[in-house]
Amino acid sequence: MAVPPFERFYDEHRNEVFAFLVRRLGRDRAEDAFQETFLRALRAYPTLRHGEHLRAWAFTIASRIAIDEHRRPKATAELPELADEDGRPAFAELEHLADQLPPTERAAVVLRYGYDLDYADIGVALGSNSTAARQAASSGIRRLRQKGLT
Amino acid sequence: MTTVSTELDRRFRDAAARESLLDVAYDLVDTPIGTLLVAATERGLCRIAYDAEPEQEVELLARRFGIRVLRSARPLDPARRELDEYFERRRTRFDLQIDVALLADFNRRVLHELVQVPYGEVVTYGELAARAARPRAARAVGTVMNRNPLPIVLPCHRVIGANGKLVGYGGGLERKEALLRLEGALL
Repeated sequence: MAVPPFERFYDEHRNEVFAFLVRRLGRDRAEDAFQETFLRALRAYPTLRHGEHLRAWAFTIASRIAIDEHRRPKATAELPELADEDGRPAFAELEHLADQLPPTERAAVVLRYGYDLDYADIGVALGSNSTAARQAASSGIRRLRQKGLT
Repeated sequence: MTTVSTELDRRFRDAAARESLLDVAYDLVDTPIGTLLVAATERGLCRIAYDAEPEQEVELLARRFGIRVLRSARPLDPARRELDEYFERRRTRFDLQIDVALLADFNRRVLHELVQVPYGEVVTYGELAARAARPRAARAVGTVMNRNPLPIVLPCHRVIGANGKLVGYGGGLERKEALLRLEGALL
């Protein structure tokens, strides 16, 4: 599937991404995070190789920004487990490992264990529901175990 | 469901253009002869379309100029202003930067000659062909006019048949007539 014009991508996902950010950050901070999410998506857009899973991609960017936003005022006290010793966030490692998974499982694993989203949010991100999100995450983890990666 | 406010939407569209992240920005411009879809790259105005089906036009722009196509009003402000002035008879030539880099040489040469045809005057297809150093290419000039990516600004409405008939116009003959009447070339 070809990557659609950005206008279409933006038009299709802006409201649900915004709603997600409002749930995570409250309305005021969600507005800045919303703009940052789509600017970041716009910067990366020419590097996309196909138009699949764009919704999960948009939510991955939004989650990353929501986490950065969360950290800013309250320092790192609230999310200490996300940074490892050399300061590299744990989810960066996880994203790399999960690279070998099928896209839906990869998105579910990264959003659940990398970004600590609950299954309801992941379901929204994947365009399915919390049950399907839970299944995708657990089969992703199973697959990683089989490969001896966890 | 929580939805993005008009204000927030506009802020994002402005920021995307301000940070030079777009291949093409477009917007709709209301004029006395209908709503125009107007688009620009960083190099300049690249498209004016009559009766545009926005979705189709967005696909077309993406294929031609790059996939980062976004509706954004600000980059089109100069074009909107000059078109407004033109339709209010306060402007007789356009000073906009234009981007015709993707056109074939012959088309560019013909359009270059076309821009020299003054406001309120007309020229025949054959005459324009002669000015572009291809005196026998009247028909080819007709094709170039028909595919003009920037009608109004590149004034293909000023090109008429040898017998004085208006012949044809991509946006419909009634618009050609309206533009020539606006310019005083037609009573």
